[in-house]
Amino acid sequence: MANLTLIQAVNDGLRTAMRDDKNVLVFGEDVGPKGGVFLATEGLTKEFGEERCFDTPLSEDGIVGAAIGMALNGLKPVAEIQFQDFIFPAFDQIVSEAAKFRYRSGGQYTVPMVIRTPYGGGIRGGLYHSQSGEAYFCHTPGLKVVIPSTPHDAKGLLLAAINDPDPVLFLEPKALYRAVKGEVPEGKYTVDLSTLRTVREGANVTVFCYGAMVPVCQKAADKAAEKGVECLVVDLRTLLPLDEEGVLDAAKRTGRVVVVHEAPRFCGYGGEISALIAENCIEYMEAPIVRVTGFDTPFPNTLEHHYMPDERRVLDAIERVASW
Amino acid sequence: MKAQPKQSSSNKPAGGALTPARQRELFVHMLRIRCLDERMLKLQRAGRIGFVGTAKGLEAALVGPACALEAQDWLWSGLREGGAALARGMPLGDYIAQMYCNSNDSAKGRQMCNHFQHKGTHYPSWSSVIGTQIPHGVGAAYAAKLHGKDEVHSIHFGDGATSSNGFHSGMNFAAVWKAPCVFVCVDNGWAISVPSSAQTAAKSYADKAAAYGMPGEDVDGNDVLAVQAAVSKAVERARSGKGPSLVVLKTYRMLGHSSSDDPTKYRDAKEVAYWEGRDPIEGFEKQLVAAKILAKGERAKLEAQLYAEIDAEIHKQEAAPKMPLKTLVEDVYAEVPLHLRKQYNQFIAIAERLGEATPGDGAFPL
Ligand SMILES: Cc1ncc(C[n+]2csc(CCOP(=O)(O)OP(=O)(O)O)c2C)c(N)n1
Ligand SMILES: [Mg+2]
Repeated sequence: MANLTLIQAVNDGLRTAMRDDKNVLVFGEDVGPKGGVFLATEGLTKEFGEERCFDTPLSEDGIVGAAIGMALNGLKPVAEIQFQDFIFPAFDQIVSEAAKFRYRSGGQYTVPMVIRTPYGGGIRGGLYHSQSGEAYFCHTPGLKVVIPSTPHDAKGLLLAAINDPDPVLFLEPKALYRAVKGEVPEGKYTVDLSTLRTVREGANVTVFCYGAMVPVCQKAADKAAEKGVECLVVDLRTLLPLDEEGVLDAAKRTGRVVVVHEAPRFCGYGGEISALIAENCIEYMEAPIVRVTGFDTPFPNTLEHHYMPDERRVLDAIERVASW
Repeated sequence: MKAQPKQSSSNKPAGGALTPARQRELFVHMLRIRCLDERMLKLQRAGRIGFVGTAKGLEAALVGPACALEAQDWLWSGLREGGAALARGMPLGDYIAQMYCNSNDSAKGRQMCNHFQHKGTHYPSWSSVIGTQIPHGVGAAYAAKLHGKDEVHSIHFGDGATSSNGFHSGMNFAAVWKAPCVFVCVDNGWAISVPSSAQTAAKSYADKAAAYGMPGEDVDGNDVLAVQAAVSKAVERARSGKGPSLVVLKTYRMLGHSSSDDPTKYRDAKEVAYWEGRDPIEGFEKQLVAAKILAKGERAKLEAQLYAEIDAEIHKQEAAPKMPLKTLVEDVYAEVPLHLRKQYNQFIAIAERLGEATPGDGAFPL
């Protein structure tokens, strides 16, 4: 066991996968000698050489398109997109190609690849270094979408994603890169995709969250507990395919649900969770299902701390739902 | 805010050379950029602003093209073109307010630092997404052509941006349409940590022009007069209806990609030293002193004046009022729609009950 930050755990996961399988390649913009702008790939070129960890020209479309070809022909690419905000030049390759190759070939051609990218706010990066675009990708059958919130899960889920036979978009909450630390086992282990994690037990309100919102919800739950409201906090960690049974079970246990994400509200992931619960177990609900989200606006810069859901806004929702 | 002194003379090369007074102006524009960078880096280190994408080493590549354009022309920018906007008349206060992302900023503090805009001199802001401004400039040039406007669009981008989709579509469309625009590629050697040699296998970015059916030219990007002349020629070509051209300015990014990047991790000190010896400001200063356009030691006086102007503006921006919270929901649409008004009202109600949100301490990584 080592005590690592989330970004160190990602680095450890990449290193472990590359040691384990020489077909695993890491590439993207500035991932080589610089080690990535957040240092996720630090030291990999040194250990594995320029053939296995390298910089590409500045084209996300090229990065993802080439990764698809590599995956189709026996390699296991782990491509980095420097910021999730810059993934859109590759949107076509992800949505039209990576996600559909298996289906359109009747299962003859498959694309086992991972795209890692930091998402979310909290670094004063303005509109184009802060977005949470998970909903665009969760609307894409054929893709898997994973978001860790702890160092342990970051490494375990990354190794599971690299092992997975299908394309996985691995969204890393950049606000947590250095803000969380935890025990991470050495060597190889996996955390199963499509399983959620109970962060905290509680009988009164269920709070669903993921990524950078997990510690925010934990703090809000602690505050609520001081006022006598006990929250069951659930980290979804794989958004697609979702652990639906786990979600329904957690919702039924309290009958009161809050869903939290940083992304805008309209057509956001929280809407899917709310609908799932409403369709399957509305009879268990004792209060309206409430969402706490970013505004339906682009991401601001100077006012970013007002945009992102914080402890106060989550607590407000918990209290409203608890006292309904 | 007071505008910079207007361009004193036309850029149309009358018999080629610029007048001594005009050359002095170019020199002052270049010095201003250097002084601003220096001050902005200080403010960033002191935690007053978040990020600086410096232009040290690129001053000639910014001022040369800016001074090849007429007032009605547009300049489409990347990260480092703020100094070009100043040379075309964007007020210094606008520049510094944008770096503070404060309530005086014309974009209401929504963009990161170094994302300037100035409508008065036809300078739209850049999004951050590399290469996207290239087809915008082409479309705008096409609009100018359709409207019969005497307007040239100067489209600026880096070496890294030549790999973007926007570069390909923009260059191709412009040539097919004979759009009145000029492509200015600032080849500063690096795209963050990726050298130009790893960005393209072509000998020069200028070679790419041939594939699109337009002229392409390599220019010493540290020689402001050469830059001004080359871009002027391309601008004239565009203005006279002959279509676009690509001008590649060979220069060097002297500092890190930004205030938080450590370039010693990925580049050779010898390379940096080589370019230090080719400093665009020192080179031009020597030329001007030799031509008696500038007195020996005058640079220091000019710098002192520029620092005084900059510092006065910094003091003003330090005193900017707080950003109004209602800007959170403004400008998403022409009118604030009902659902956003509801979201805002709920947000204010929570702030009244539980207090306002507190700023985080996250810092920009590169
Ligand atoms: C589409 C996209 N991908 C990645 C980035 C991250 N990024 C910001 S600047 C930069 C390098 C740009 O290099 P260049 O075009 O040469 O401009 P320079 O910084 O040298 O002025 C990169 C990769 C981005 N902003 N947009
Ligand atoms: Mg460059």
